[in-house]
Amino acid sequence: MTATTTAPRTAAAAPHPGGAWTGTGRLLRLALRRDRVRTPIWVLALTLTTAITVPSLEAAFTDAAGRQARTELVTNPAGVMMTGPVFGDGLDSLGAMVANEISLTLLVAAAIMSILLVVRHTRAEEEAGRADLVRAQAVGRFAPPAAALLAAGVADLGVAVGVIAGLQGYGLPLADTIAFGVAVGLTGLVFAAVAGVTAQLTTSARAASGMALAVLGGAFLVRGIGDVIDITGSALSWFSPLAWAQQTRLFVDLRWWPLGLSLAAVVALTALAAALNRRRDLGGALLAGGAGRAEAAAWLASPAGLAWRVQRGTFWGWAAGVIVGGVAFGSLASYLEDAVTDLPALQEWMAIELDAITETFGAMMLLYLVLAIGGYAIAAVLRLRAEETAGTAALVIVGGPGRLRWLRGWSGVIAAQLLALLLLAGVGLGVGMALSTGDGGHVAAMTAAAVTYLPGVLVMAAVTAALFAAWPSGAPLAWAVEAYALVVGFFGELLDLPEWAQDVSPLSATPFAPAEEVTTLPLLVLSALAVGLAAVAVAAFRARDVRG
Amino acid sequence: MDTPAIDVRGLTKSFGSTRALDGFDLRVEPGQIAGFLGPNGAGKTTTIRILLGLLRADGGSARVLGADPWRDAVALHRRVATVPGDVTLWPTLSGGEAIDLLGRLQGRPDPVRRAELIERFELDPSKKIRAYSKGNRQKVLLVAALATDAELYLLDEPTSGLDPLMEEVFRAEVRRLRREGRTVLLSSHILAEVEKLCDTVTIIRAGRTVESGTLRELRHLTRFAVSARLRGDAGALQTAPGVHDLSQEDGVWRFQVDTDAAEPVLRLLADIGVEDLTWSPPSLEDLFLRHYGDVLPREEAVR
Repeated sequence: MTATTTAPRTAAAAPHPGGAWTGTGRLLRLALRRDRVRTPIWVLALTLTTAITVPSLEAAFTDAAGRQARTELVTNPAGVMMTGPVFGDGLDSLGAMVANEISLTLLVAAAIMSILLVVRHTRAEEEAGRADLVRAQAVGRFAPPAAALLAAGVADLGVAVGVIAGLQGYGLPLADTIAFGVAVGLTGLVFAAVAGVTAQLTTSARAASGMALAVLGGAFLVRGIGDVIDITGSALSWFSPLAWAQQTRLFVDLRWWPLGLSLAAVVALTALAAALNRRRDLGGALLAGGAGRAEAAAWLASPAGLAWRVQRGTFWGWAAGVIVGGVAFGSLASYLEDAVTDLPALQEWMAIELDAITETFGAMMLLYLVLAIGGYAIAAVLRLRAEETAGTAALVIVGGPGRLRWLRGWSGVIAAQLLALLLLAGVGLGVGMALSTGDGGHVAAMTAAAVTYLPGVLVMAAVTAALFAAWPSGAPLAWAVEAYALVVGFFGELLDLPEWAQDVSPLSATPFAPAEEVTTLPLLVLSALAVGLAAVAVAAFRARDVRG
Repeated sequence: MDTPAIDVRGLTKSFGSTRALDGFDLRVEPGQIAGFLGPNGAGKTTTIRILLGLLRADGGSARVLGADPWRDAVALHRRVATVPGDVTLWPTLSGGEAIDLLGRLQGRPDPVRRAELIERFELDPSKKIRAYSKGNRQKVLLVAALATDAELYLLDEPTSGLDPLMEEVFRAEVRRLRREGRTVLLSSHILAEVEKLCDTVTIIRAGRTVESGTLRELRHLTRFAVSARLRGDAGALQTAPGVHDLSQEDGVWRFQVDTDAAEPVLRLLADIGVEDLTWSPPSLEDLFLRHYGDVLPREEAVR
């Protein structure tokens, strides 16, 4: 090749050939720089969760009788679903209680953190066009995904260290505390690699994280059902990465080898992501979206129509998740009988009690599904902020409807979607319970119970809307309401929270139907609260600037 | 003979059922400023992304600075600078951070040029990118690309969002690149920009090269635009060779003249007698419209 007429201007210009990994280090630093607030918050939150749980469990269950009572609470199907397997007479020690209490929470949280992080640094970068700019520099084709996975590795390492640190100081066996931290970090990394694969499949970052989160949801269900079938874990459990972490039998009979499966999954999924990456163009995807309609449908010509059009993909995803989850949860009702027989104290009551226990179980499962629907309520309202930041909100508002009709259109669609999700959850759960117990009455009972949660989820949506209107940049803080509802929903009984503290969660303030009788007062209060917050949202949004 | 800076032959690329490139050819010699013209969706950006090795061509060949852009992407990118057409920069980084990051990733940042360019483009590098206006974000991309020491600059609609003053600064910078012997491929749909800057022009339409050559050669393919108020009878014009689209309105005759028929037509006009005459040079715009103006009457001149 002939030299061009150009002489390099800078001294450090000696070009050296680069490989597919060139630039990984710099991109890793960029990722860490961009996440310098976000990742520490995750690590800190999980560390504190761990550090707070240990002393509160130690204080709450000082004697064998208390621990036995706790064991009964968490070894029924609903408890197993939401905690994990129980080994031997394992819930006797403080360590085993801690692992049982928070391992699933930590695993799921680390997984969500890792999924969001990886998609943020891979597919979202491609979607924004930044990947083009970055790859047009001396950056190899594997460098961006490799940097994203390494950044997830750093974050998961932070979580692992945080969990280990949070467990110290109470005389827990050191090896088990280390295994606990490693299991959480490694599971996070498994889901980071899952996201690395889903980021190759679709052109949309939202869809890529949605697919990875659906895999997490599937792993959650598979492990839950598997562990209900056999409380030490059945063959089914082993199909879930969450089970591998919990099968280390922390603080009971520690074994490390199940984590080998996690490690193998990380390697295999990373290799799969690389293979898929090699086959595609930058910005392209294996499942590229099809063409849209050439002309808008008539219903699209209103804020509500647009809101539905923008949200419908996410909504159908959640609808599918709620139905599958409902049927799967409900089908566990047949295991309740075994659980009752296992408790000698309850045996004589069994004939009468089984119905009541089934209702309690149904109410518990419904609450879990509604907690997820509350998450949808907040995420859906936060889409308003995304629309505003992108400038499309201003476009619509200026285009005719005005700001209040815009807000009303979106709110109406979200409210209707929340009602639909609640109905689907109730029907799904009822059908699952009816199939497993042979009692068709559950369908109507569960559906009716589900609807009573509408005021509660509307409060969660309205809080988000009020925040969005009054303090847009603080709107994501609405997730604190969801986080609080989750803590109360999962740990309220165990932490022995006072009644008023539980009622601060709009979902726990709702009667625990169908186990408890539905009274109208709490529903009226919640409805009034939702209306009041909506009024605040309208007033604040009317008074403030619209961006874009 | 020099290796061409860009040598593209028979390039094809499809996205699903859409054929973005359909046997496209492009050749740019070292040291040239090459214009790359085409309407929206003609395949300009797809071509540049193939030249950067971000897309793999379905067929044909592409060589950039003598290398295969798909296989040798990383080594090649150390010698290439680029301004992409459609990018949202990291909103939380400052402009200065983005410029330094891109320069370091490319491998040949030039701090002296960086300072110079920031000054000339009147950019505040300490602002967060989310706080910049559209034009200022474009300046960040321009400074990042121009402040790297490269042999080839691939610029995809580089002046979009810039005000006329900044467009002039940009043109001065491109001329400076030419003086330094660097090669530039400038994609645009703004004809005036290409006319002012470029040595050669390639016109792409529906994924194919429809015209390529120096500005002078291309001008040759077009016609003079003439409007004249005549003293005598214009009848002779109607039959004169090289005269097209003759029309008359309010006593003003308008027509076009083939570039090689200029002299006889001028003599003819002198014979008829001229009160008023406007004789416009052939413009790229005419050429462009002839290739793209399907709906315009001049389409009879299909080549």
